[in-house]
Amino acid sequence: MQRIGVFICWCGSNIAATVDVERVAEEIKREPGVVFSANYQYMCSENGQQLLKNAIKEYRLTGVVVGSCSPRMHEATFRKAAESAGLNPYMVEIANIREHCSWIHKDREEATKKALVLVRTAIAKVNLNAPLTAGESPVTKRALVIGGGIAGIQAALDIAEAGFAVDIVEKNPTIGGRMAQLDKTFPTLDCSACILTPKMVDCAQSDKIDILTYSEVEDVKGFVGNFKVKIRRKARYVDETKCTGCKLCMENCPSKKGLNEFNMNLNTRPAIYIPFAQAIPNVAVIDPEQCIKLKTGKCGLCQMKCTVGAIDYTMQDKFIERDYGAIVVATGFRPINIDHFNEYGYSENKDVITSLELERLMNAAGPTDGVLLRPSDGKHPKVITFVQCVGSRDLTDCGKPYCSKICCMYTAKHAMLIREKYPDTEVHVFYIDVRCPGKNYDEFYRRACEQYGVDYIKGMVGKIYNENGKLMVQGSNLIENEQVTIASDLVVLATAIEPEPSVRKIATLLTASIDTNNFLTEAHPKLKPVESPTAGVYLAGVCQGPKDIPETVSQASACAAKVIGLLAKDSLKTNPCVAQSDESMCNGCSQCANVCAYGAITYVDKEFRLGGGKTETRRVAYVNPAVCQGCGACTVTCPSGAMDLKGFASKQIMSEVEEICRA
Amino acid sequence: MQSVTETKNEFVPTIVAFCCNWCSYAGADLAGSSRLSYPANVKIIRVPCSCRVNPMFVLKAFQQGADGVILCGCHPGDCHYVTGNYYTRRRMSLLFGFLNYLGIEKDRTRVEWVSAAEGAKFSAVMNDFAKRINELGENKRLKDLRVKENGHE
Amino acid sequence: MNKTEEQIVKRAAELLDNKEVDKVIGWKKGEFCFDPSPAAFTSSDELKDFVYNDFCGANLSKYLVNECKSGGKIAVFLKPCDTYSFNELVKEHRVNKEKVKVIGVECHGKLDIEKIKSKGIAAVTGAEESGGKVAVTSLYGNAELDKNEVLLDKCLTCKGKKFAVADEIIVLNEMEETKNDRFSGVEALEKMSEEERFAFWKAELSKCIRCNACRNVCPACTCNKCVFDNNASGVATKAPADTFEEQMFHIIRAFHVAGRCTDCGECSRVCPQHIPLHLLNRKFIKDINRLYGEFQAGETDEGKNPLIEYRESDAEPSSAVNGEVRHA
Repeated sequence: MQRIGVFICWCGSNIAATVDVERVAEEIKREPGVVFSANYQYMCSENGQQLLKNAIKEYRLTGVVVGSCSPRMHEATFRKAAESAGLNPYMVEIANIREHCSWIHKDREEATKKALVLVRTAIAKVNLNAPLTAGESPVTKRALVIGGGIAGIQAALDIAEAGFAVDIVEKNPTIGGRMAQLDKTFPTLDCSACILTPKMVDCAQSDKIDILTYSEVEDVKGFVGNFKVKIRRKARYVDETKCTGCKLCMENCPSKKGLNEFNMNLNTRPAIYIPFAQAIPNVAVIDPEQCIKLKTGKCGLCQMKCTVGAIDYTMQDKFIERDYGAIVVATGFRPINIDHFNEYGYSENKDVITSLELERLMNAAGPTDGVLLRPSDGKHPKVITFVQCVGSRDLTDCGKPYCSKICCMYTAKHAMLIREKYPDTEVHVFYIDVRCPGKNYDEFYRRACEQYGVDYIKGMVGKIYNENGKLMVQGSNLIENEQVTIASDLVVLATAIEPEPSVRKIATLLTASIDTNNFLTEAHPKLKPVESPTAGVYLAGVCQGPKDIPETVSQASACAAKVIGLLAKDSLKTNPCVAQSDESMCNGCSQCANVCAYGAITYVDKEFRLGGGKTETRRVAYVNPAVCQGCGACTVTCPSGAMDLKGFASKQIMSEVEEICRA
Repeated sequence: MQSVTETKNEFVPTIVAFCCNWCSYAGADLAGSSRLSYPANVKIIRVPCSCRVNPMFVLKAFQQGADGVILCGCHPGDCHYVTGNYYTRRRMSLLFGFLNYLGIEKDRTRVEWVSAAEGAKFSAVMNDFAKRINELGENKRLKDLRVKENGHE
Repeated sequence: MNKTEEQIVKRAAELLDNKEVDKVIGWKKGEFCFDPSPAAFTSSDELKDFVYNDFCGANLSKYLVNECKSGGKIAVFLKPCDTYSFNELVKEHRVNKEKVKVIGVECHGKLDIEKIKSKGIAAVTGAEESGGKVAVTSLYGNAELDKNEVLLDKCLTCKGKKFAVADEIIVLNEMEETKNDRFSGVEALEKMSEEERFAFWKAELSKCIRCNACRNVCPACTCNKCVFDNNASGVATKAPADTFEEQMFHIIRAFHVAGRCTDCGECSRVCPQHIPLHLLNRKFIKDINRLYGEFQAGETDEGKNPLIEYRESDAEPSSAVNGEVRHA
């Protein structure tokens, strides 16, 4: 039996005006186990807390019930006070007699009776409380950033700036991501490469950042503070430490017909290549699908030409394993495949292009050296039509139900840049709505309409077809209420974006949840927007939802702040109110792990003694207390009742129920 | 034990409300600080998440004489634990349908989603639920169900 | 000895003699023809007691839970409906499928001796079904009965003759699919008023003597230690007459197997008080199908059951309970 002390707070008149606090304190003395009972004006005050501390010592209390305001208010206060008096803080329970009683009831008798029931219910719970201790787990002071786009770069730079080691794992041969492919950025129209590449260089120069390009995460084990990650370093066939980026190999490679991914396949590159001029690392890579030497064994020209002996055709994938305390996922996006949209004729007409392709056509380092020439005949297009929401806000199977968020702004940017550079060009834009919230965004869009004379047409495009070398864009103009057909030379589709598909595998490895559109889910949509539900995993950039560069950078920096906060600790205190499985009753059926949103439950084969010298090996659940968040989903899924939640145990809740119903 | 004597002939139902710590319990707190009243016979048990509520707790309440049991959690999609209330929703849909199948009036059980900002909703829900339980009267049925046909309780 | 039995025994002997398996789980002759019981056979000599007749209603899959704990390979004979339980046990890691050879056996529905006795036939010495009729022999003469009148209740609502899993099968005569309407019992109850339903279940459940036969036979009830024997749950009590344990037992048991119950019907078959326990489980199955889409537990040995799964668009409990909503 516990020795319980009960403290009834007046909260000035907040409680005492409606609840007869003296009578509650008096009557509760008769409850079994209650050895001390008092009422006081303000339990949360210094003096009130002192009263509690003194009573704990004087009456050797093993449990405390405070009848006061909501536990969401002062539970922590009273638990701290109890701890300082030598009582385990988890032996304190709060009966909420203010918000749930005195404030909502007018009748003094009724409120007093209810207060008594609430205090008794808390006593019933405390009777079954057990002292709990927060566990500790160490923190590996190194972070992993998955994805080397602007999100990953920003997160890594911020983490490194705070003095922590950080690795960037990027699956492509260079960091830079999608932003490196962009020509200009909205709403300031500054050059994308000019603002991105200095950050890439900073990454390369930082002694805290290790860039692992052409690498992929293969396996993740462990939990917050203690991740063990296996990374595949794909064979590059070029020794990164030797290559100087002189490009002699590229000039001499006879296999020049590879599609240039960086230029959205609009031109070609050799089998050995550096993706773009400012690539980090500035090191060549061989495309094994295209290399004559790797395919047939004959050639080897690049090896002969290389002055530093960097080429190695026998290179194999390598695996490395590293420990991390925190992980940032920044895997980014890609434009969706629009081959299935028959109405736009993308696959039939060379001059129907996506916006990202247009970025490359307008970029000085692109396939046309920055002169806007259409892909089919290399002529300068005189009439350009943009189509918005291609695959976005689309409920058919081909498209995506969400808004891709960036398209309105980049289309305004494209339209403006074209009108600026080629004033003789006619520019039309078909749109459903124009969505430009954001600092200087709406102003930007209005400039496109008002100053640059871009023709915005509210309506959707039904069909694009080729007629006498012209692309006929047939659509509706909802404002004029008429069908329009625009004979165009070039059509640009604002294609929806979707998460990079590799995120699925990473989500599985990290037990991070993913929504129906493959975006990673944040721990709370409003209050924990950069945390994944899996402790120690953070989300930056489009992998979490469509966003533009400023938002991505903000989120990446927010991630970095969270990571720094985590890595700054030497050890993590874990919430002791976590699930625990009773091995003697566990069946190892895996139902609990299936409902755990945090991947806190794993299974081990354990040997049990059966008596008579016999043993049996059973599969049993193990809850990692550092990962469990204490929701209790598993406890209800467990048919044997082996799984219970500390601090909210089945027995405790059952006795609360009983006490309420007894009244 | 009970020191305050009740007028025996007036029916005051016993109502147990399970509230999740992050939304509904906070919603109840807001109802309190906004002084939005609801009947005193509604008593709240705090659980971390609605998904912590085991069907056994509900049955225990009915067996011990509760006249109504209500579960409150965060709105679907807003669960503090991401997915907890989705499981609650399935479990309780099935459990409450099952209890009705056994002959328990379906209005004696309810699930409501109440956010931390919905103090007014919390109060309205509790008023409405208590009113309905009052109309249904005492929950003789589950009390009866646990009594053997041949007598001894 | 019927042809199928012959074939089964022959195969069992082969497997044991060739040391392909260390153990065979099948049915063992009882005192009478109608009381065979599940048993493990470890040598071909023991197989003389092996029986497979129309009274072999028992689902053997659950016995694998214990038998798998010892080393060695096991062969088990499963009727089509039993194979679903096997998959479910594999899914929940209760049975190691690497250690088990599943041999699917022919089944045309099994007989209920109580129903035969209720036809006024005593001292039954044999019974064999063929083509909708059952030929019964007894010490007092022979009789021919209508098959549907003497089938086990669970066989009247046969799930079908498909083997959800089988390494090999022994089927000599084609098994005919029987049409059934397994939810009609649940529907009839749903149509009653709340008062009538309550009276029905009160009458049925108060017959329960808490013998635990339903729990012991149920292939979904394989807990190492049942929650009703678990002190921490707050429901276990030593006194068998405790009201909570006694009356809530069936509700909690039905909930625990919801989404995992394959509807094998063993609970009702073994209940000495003839409580229609399958009507409890079937209510959950029916609601799961209605709300979350058709689901047959044990169809495969992987995946999640509907209670450890969710959709953002799931029905709200208020409308779900009203029976208004259907899975889209």
